[in-house]
Amino acid sequence: MSELNTSPAAQQKAADYVKAHAAIGNEQILARLQELFGADTFSDVEEQYGLLTATVSREKIHEIIDVLHGEEQLQLNFLTTMCGVHWPDNEGKELSVVYQLHSLVNNIRLRLKIFFPIQDPVVPTLTDVYATANWMEREAFDFYGIIFTGHPNLIRILNVEDMDYHPMRKEYPLEDGTREDKTDLFFGR
Amino acid sequence: MATNDALTATGHIHHEAAQQQRGVMVTKTEDFGTDLTTLNLGPTHPATHGIFQNILQMDGEKIISGVPTIGYIHRAFEKIAERRPFYQITPLTDRMNYCSSPINNMGWHMTVEKLLGIEVPKRAQYIRVIMMELARIADHLVCNGILGVDTGAFSGFLYLFEERENIYEIYEEVCGSRLTTNMGRVGGMERDLSPVALEKLRTWLKRFPAVMREFQNLFDRNRIFMDRTINVGPITAERALNYGFTGPNLRAAGVDYDVRVMNPYSSYQDFDFEIPVGTNGDTYDRYLVRNEEIWQSLRIINQALENLPEGPYHADAPHYYLPPKQEVYRNMEALIYHFKIIMGEIDAPAGEVYHSVEGGNGELGFYLISDGGRTPYRLHFRRPCYIYYQAYPEMVVGSTLSDAIITLSSMNVIAGELDA
Repeated sequence: MSELNTSPAAQQKAADYVKAHAAIGNEQILARLQELFGADTFSDVEEQYGLLTATVSREKIHEIIDVLHGEEQLQLNFLTTMCGVHWPDNEGKELSVVYQLHSLVNNIRLRLKIFFPIQDPVVPTLTDVYATANWMEREAFDFYGIIFTGHPNLIRILNVEDMDYHPMRKEYPLEDGTREDKTDLFFGR
Repeated sequence: MATNDALTATGHIHHEAAQQQRGVMVTKTEDFGTDLTTLNLGPTHPATHGIFQNILQMDGEKIISGVPTIGYIHRAFEKIAERRPFYQITPLTDRMNYCSSPINNMGWHMTVEKLLGIEVPKRAQYIRVIMMELARIADHLVCNGILGVDTGAFSGFLYLFEERENIYEIYEEVCGSRLTTNMGRVGGMERDLSPVALEKLRTWLKRFPAVMREFQNLFDRNRIFMDRTINVGPITAERALNYGFTGPNLRAAGVDYDVRVMNPYSSYQDFDFEIPVGTNGDTYDRYLVRNEEIWQSLRIINQALENLPEGPYHADAPHYYLPPKQEVYRNMEALIYHFKIIMGEIDAPAGEVYHSVEGGNGELGFYLISDGGRTPYRLHFRRPCYIYYQAYPEMVVGSTLSDAIITLSSMNVIAGELDA
């Protein structure tokens, strides 16, 4: 059980696979990023299952993705996906947005994260760089209440318009927490 | 013009007044804006093939602008997934793109296997490839068949739906269900391909090419069909990439991005196949790309069936793969594992995984954050439909209503995947 649960072997296997198949290695991507934006821009750099992940500040995220969109060496010019995450225990950095970029030419991927307090959930929009960011940002607003400044039409997209809360935040449990008929002493709910 | 103001205020134009006004408009183009009709296309309309609404501003039959509204069948899968053990999330993925459920199922299993570090045996990988390619064929058959219906030709649709039915019978033989398949498990398949399933598959592989050729003979060079689809709803490669298009819709615009080739999973590197691309990104190109992908999928299935390796059909991962039922009744360890897996009492390692597969409509991605518990901390689905459907207004502005309908059907927007 223990060897499966820590799974360093799986991490290593995925990392080796990415290294063997990508034209540009993760070290080179990181070196290029630091050359473009400065070494201290990227913190918490890690390779989760071979995918280069870094945390940046929300003030810089627009500039980074905008510059990478036109950058010719890495060609990270495809926004694969983007989503919000809520970390209620992370004091001062409760909300997060995760961006995932892909280069269809070099077949490299990059995951960028930003963290910010839940009282001030304001992030610059990417709609001026990627048309596809429009609905992704509306979804993050709908689910987490993240406000994207400069977005042309920031309204709810999947939930009804008169909903007055943001349902993917962790304080809204999926089931009614007051129900007692479904409580299971041994396994919890 | 008092009458004009009254017309604008209500948003509706009396027929006679409109006629009169058109007479005036020929000379006074500045007044163009007063002659617009608001047309509510959807949410339930037979031609939208799903529940989504478009509020179109029409000038006569020409579309001036469109505002899509989605979310009518939003079921909060991402929220529900945060409370469910991994194997219970598979049925949720069925209900995203329900035209090709097995691809969604396998994509999810592979994501979890990546997180857990489970190596799936070759035979299971090949069976998965066969099932995924069958699903892709079923998906494309629905899309192209319905495109025929929307252009006014019903017979092609009926031919193809018979074959889709045969594919569903193969599913039934492999996993027991047809539409929402819940096929396979984390670690492999739940059972091996039975002799009946193999027999049905071989019969179908012999029978299908003739039907497909007949369908293509009816449509490919059909003057009416070509006139209705060429240069309808086009999108350039540049705009398509900016809009995050993937799958057949992106390939129709001329970009040869296919997850199966770029990031091979489940042994796709073993097979010899080509990626068809279009040039104009219009409805006709999307139709042709899907047809050619069906032929390429057939090639893959034939190769997989020919080289189907012997061996186990699931990985040796007792913590995650259910033991055989007869063992559960006789063997203490099997009973314990069965119990723990069913009750979701087995924790997964902490980590973040992104895994993507080539779904029927494009890159179907699973971004899974695990905090080491029994359920995902956060699960985000990258749903290709959701991402490319936002380009729809841009693709139909300036065209007629009838063109907008076939653009929609050729994009193959599946409401379940759109709303998740």
